Parts: sequence; structure tokens; C-alpha cells
Amino acid sequence: MAIIKKPKAVKKNPNHLLGIQDLSLIDVSHILNEAKTFISLNKSSSKKLDLLRGKTQINLFFEPSTRTQSSFELAGKRLGADVMSMNIVNSAIKKGETLIDTAMTLNAMHPDIIVVRHQDSGAPNLLSQKVNCAVINAGDGRREHPTQALLDALTIINRRGKVEGLKIAICGDILHSRVARSNIYLMNMLGAEINIVAPKTLLPHSIERLGVNVYTDMKKGLDNCDIVMMLRLQNERMQGSFLPSPREYYEYFGLTPDKLALAKKDALIMHPGPMNRGVEIDTNLADDINRSVIREQVELGVAVRMACLKIYCKK
Amino acid sequence: MKKKYLLNGIILDPKNLLNENGGLIIDEKGLIEAVGKNVSKENIPGDAEIVDIKGKFILPGLVDMRVFVGEPGYEYKENFRTLSNAALSGGVTSVVSMPNTSPVIDNVSMVDFLKRRGRDKSRINIFPAASLTKNTEGKQMTEFGLLKKKGISAFTDGIKTVQDPQLMSRIMNFASQSQSLIIQHAEDNILSKGGLINDGEISTRLGLQGIPSLAEKIIVERDLAFLEEYFCRYHISQVSSEKTVLVIRNAKKRGQVFTAGVSINNLSLNENDIGDFKTFLKLSPPLRTENDRLSLVQGVNDGTIDVIVSDHKPEDEESKRLTFSQATTGAAGIETLLPLALELFHNKSIKLEKLIASMTSNPAKILGIKKGSLDVGYDADLCLLDINKPWVVKQSELKSKSKNTPIENRKLQGQVITTFVKGEIAFNRI
Repeated sequence: MAIIKKPKAVKKNPNHLLGIQDLSLIDVSHILNEAKTFISLNKSSSKKLDLLRGKTQINLFFEPSTRTQSSFELAGKRLGADVMSMNIVNSAIKKGETLIDTAMTLNAMHPDIIVVRHQDSGAPNLLSQKVNCAVINAGDGRREHPTQALLDALTIINRRGKVEGLKIAICGDILHSRVARSNIYLMNMLGAEINIVAPKTLLPHSIERLGVNVYTDMKKGLDNCDIVMMLRLQNERMQGSFLPSPREYYEYFGLTPDKLALAKKDALIMHPGPMNRGVEIDTNLADDINRSVIREQVELGVAVRMACLKIYCKK
Repeated sequence: MKKKYLLNGIILDPKNLLNENGGLIIDEKGLIEAVGKNVSKENIPGDAEIVDIKGKFILPGLVDMRVFVGEPGYEYKENFRTLSNAALSGGVTSVVSMPNTSPVIDNVSMVDFLKRRGRDKSRINIFPAASLTKNTEGKQMTEFGLLKKKGISAFTDGIKTVQDPQLMSRIMNFASQSQSLIIQHAEDNILSKGGLINDGEISTRLGLQGIPSLAEKIIVERDLAFLEEYFCRYHISQVSSEKTVLVIRNAKKRGQVFTAGVSINNLSLNENDIGDFKTFLKLSPPLRTENDRLSLVQGVNDGTIDVIVSDHKPEDEESKRLTFSQATTGAAGIETLLPLALELFHNKSIKLEKLIASMTSNPAKILGIKKGSLDVGYDADLCLLDINKPWVVKQSELKSKSKNTPIENRKLQGQVITTFVKGEIAFNRI
């Protein structure tokens, strides 16, 4: 039985988007409604607005990222902001500068919004305490990736009308996944029932306390689900051996047609990307236009990020 | 020095089972001449130098078994002078200093340096610990016998654990010859690798890698197995989890002889206090669940845990103004040890005698030093405590060179008013 439990560990930060844990249902509705207005704009031939004209957006990515960084960059540009993406590989961080010093330096340039991705959980929180502008978390360690969860929700709403009452399976490397955590908080808030499916070695401690059903058998976990959300095996975050081999993982936890058959007939397949085809997902399923909404997730990601930039830039 | 007569106090000396109204006489040499209810206005000379305690407690000066001082190598974090000031304001008159300095205290020549600096720069009694292994690398044992002869009272790798089971068994086997006290910081490196806080709901929510309590239990169980074969003076530095409390309680019931300590932080705080990534609460062992904390309190009550330490680890701002995973471990706490511990008395978790014994006579007995009690003939190391005085912890008022207190703004009850070392007033709150 899913229990919605109020997070107690983290304070609310109304001026920043640091995590779904800080948001109320009203905040989420506001962002999603705002995002809906950008969907058609992004499909039109003239995509540029001037809502953020004169505003400066800095993308501060301490971890490599393709889709999130380009999505935020595009979102800012379509709203008319001046967007600067920091290349951390060549920056002072490599020369020993601390996060706070970097923050102070950037702060002196008077940005209106900083989008940050960092390998350490809580880094955006620290940053937000030291700068005068809004901070948007684009993924911190294994803690949160709020805009990913928001775009997942928007994708589900776009296809199914609402999230409430749906049964959502989140499968794979839950332990190392910020996407899983943000989605658990958000989908719970929106009234879905959540099944977590993972090998025991990739389940975080006390994950059931976040209000989810926990399964170690895909067949049970996918039973009658409306949404199947697959996660990537985050090999780069793994210290030591969690699994015997990708082959064994695919056998038991990879999404294949026979396992998918246990979910609802029209169940949607989602994946935050990048995918490891043949490890967590069958390559044909990933491309199945009737079931997979993976590309739609990317598309709506820009709309969600435009909404977030617009809302938090104003504050 | 003139004789001093402390009158109208409440004498609390757990070792001698004293808890009574009375006074204390300090002789010309700074030693305790008499103590107890018989020391009153009626039976002292008329021209005596009288100090009216006005109903405050007279306690033995505290003995803190786990304190980090920055000398040598990290003087910017804490030196002997600032440590001494901080300790005295908290009623601590004797400390065991950890060997994790730069260089590490692992050879005889370092001991002379420490003793000299300790004597010249501080007013408290410094009992330096040396490392168990050279440079705390866990490979080669140090010269227990020679170091002990020089005045080393305990051996520990401080923040590190001897991982190699063969070496640990040999250390315990060899150290028994010189009757050296072995103190283990119990944490399995591999199980705790990359871990930042307790493995549990909070670590899942904060997205921080967890340190399982098994990492502690497994080392304690290993060492207790060795202790059956190679009996030596063995002390577990700090227990943090219910699992370990159970292991220790059972071993003591079986008749195994050893002792264990707990940090005041683990006894008074839990993982929820970490809140929004407060790096001042990044500790080793980590703060665990409320259930673990309650087990530790129970452990102190039933004698499973013998000692409460401050685990005073001063860290400069630059080491803490980082992301949680980059920040240094440790909290300053020597001056708040007693007041924070008194919280457990005021909320009726632990009896006063038990609480004070775990910071005075128990550590003194384990260390084999003539401290931590009000025996006639002992140095008059004592503190006067106003047990009910309310106050609020403020970083800015701390005497330690580093201000990394984990209990900023905490409202405490009980404050040390005066501290005596060898019969002289070394600290007096104005």
C-alpha cells in the first residue's frame, strides 16, 4: 500500500527549483500548465519568444550531459534569454576552486538564473544559499532530477490525460538514480501507484518508506501497469560489483516483449536516456512507435524547462 | 598557594559514591585534603580562605578520552592553548589527544614534543595517545613498550581502523606484554567505502551513500573474537548502533573483559538532524536512527557502554564550506560535552551519577590514571557546576579555534562556573 509521507529532511526553497521534495501540488500544476502552453510553440516554425529578454541564464554542468544541457540551453534561448554554458572541464574547478567560490564569481556577473548539475547530492542546495539568483537543479548526485520527473509527468498527461490512478512501474538501477527518486515523489504527489522493480543490490535502504511497492521480480512488478519506466544501469556510479553480468541483468530485469505483455495492453514505455539497448531494454521495444514515448519525453522536456525558467526567473 | 576551603556545595564523586551536601579543602600543594559533608563552616579555622559555592555541584574535572588537537601540523584548526581554554570552560581537565596529526604521533621523539607543548601551552592534563600502526597506515605496529615508557597512555589509529585481521590479532597479542591500552575506531573500510551518513531512509532521501551499521558490528565482533585468544586492555572508541550495543552487551554477559565508549553526538543527536546537508553533522561514526540513539542511552544506563567522549574534532570553515561529500568529517564539542550530556539527566534518560561517572571515573579507570575522582591526596582537578542554568550555544562564544559545533542555537541547561586544575582556578565564568 502506497503511503504518501511528507519529506522531513529538506526545507522548502520557494525561490529555487532544487527538488520535487520542495514542491507543493500547486507548484507542480503551475509548472505543468505553463509547460503545456509551450508544446505547440515548439512545433511551430517561429519558436522564439521574448519573455526572458535581458535575462542571463548560466548553465553550470559539472557532469557530462547531452540532452539535459542542450534542452535547458534551447529552452532559455527560445524564451529570449542570454544563455551561457560553462565548460567545467577547462574551468577553475579543475584548478582547485571550490563550488562556493565558483558561485561567488558567477554571482558577481549578476545572472538571473543558474542551472546546475553536480555529481554531489545537495550541491545545488549549497549553491542556492550563496547566490542572489534562482537556482534550478539539473540533477545532483543520486538525489533529485526534478525537471526530468516533471517532463515525465507531462508526457504521461499528454498521453493519458492524467497521472492520478495510474499504475507506474519504475525499473532498474534505483540505488543510483536521481530520476527514480524525483519520479517517486512527483508521481506519488499526483496520485499514482508506484511499483519499484530492481535487484536487491540496486535498491536503496528503506525505499518502501517513500511510499512505493517494492518488487524484485519484473513479472510481478509490471503486472497490470499503465506505465513502464526503465532506468539506465549507471555503471559510472557503481563502486564494485552489484551484478554478475549485463547478460544476467537483461535476462531478469531487461524489458522484453514477454515481460511487457504482463503490463496493460496499451502500457507506455518510458526511459530518461541515454539507453543501453540490450541491457535494460530490448532494442525493438525502444523504437516501437506504438508503445515507446522516449522521444516524446525529450520533446516535452524543452517545454517543461521553458516553464521552469519562466516561473523561477520571475521570482 | 594558600589553602582553599570550598563550602556549601553538593559533592558529586561517583567513584567514592559521594552525592551529598558538603565542602572540599585544597591544600597548599593543590591536592585534595578533605572532602564531604564534614567540611563545613563549623570545623575549619577562622582565618581560612573560604569560597562559598552557594549550592553548586563540585565535580571531579572531566576526563575526555577522544580529543583532536591540531598540533603538530594543523595549528590553524586548534592548538594546545585554544584546546585548553575550550576544555576548561566545559569543566574538562584531562584529555586523551588523538595521534592523527601531521606528522602522526607514532614514535618516541614526537612524544617529548607533545608533552613539552602540552605543558607549556595548556593548563589541562594532556594524555597523548600514539598510533597503533606507523603513520596510521595499518601495516606496521608501533613500539608499544617504548612509547608507553615515555608516557603514552593509549594506542589508537584515531579516525582509522586497523583493517588487516592478521595485524590486528598480532597487535593485541603483542600489546598485552606491555599492558598497553588498545583503542579501536570500529569501521570496516570496504563496507563503508564512499559512505557519508547512516544507511537508511535519510540517506535514500538525501541521495547520499550510506554507511551500514554492519561496518561497525563486523569489526567489533572480529576484535572480540581475537580478544578471546589474545587478552589485552581493549577499548572500543565509539559505538553508534543498536547492533553493536547488543554485541557488546552479550560479550560482557559472557564474561569478556573490555570497555566501550560513545560520542556525546551519537547519544544526543540522530540522522534527522543532518537536515538540509549540514556538514557540521557529518561525523564518524555517523549519526544513526533515533532507535539506535535510544539503544546507546540504554547501553550507558546498563553499563554496556562505559565512557562518553566529546569526539572533539575542530575543523576550519574551509573544510566544511563544501558539498556534503567533499566536506571533512567531525564536530567541535569539548566545551559542550558536559552541558549536552546533562540534557540526558534533565530529560530523565540517564541518572546523574551514571552520567558523570562515564565522563570522570570510568575513563580514568580505563586509562589507569589518578584523575576523575575526588580522592584525598589527588590533584584538585575539579569543576563547579550550576546544574540548572539555562543557556544557548552560540558559535561566536566558543573558545575553540574552530567553530564547527553541531548544536548551534541549542538550548541547554547546566553550565560550568569555575574549573580548578591542581588546586588553582584555571577558568572562571564572569
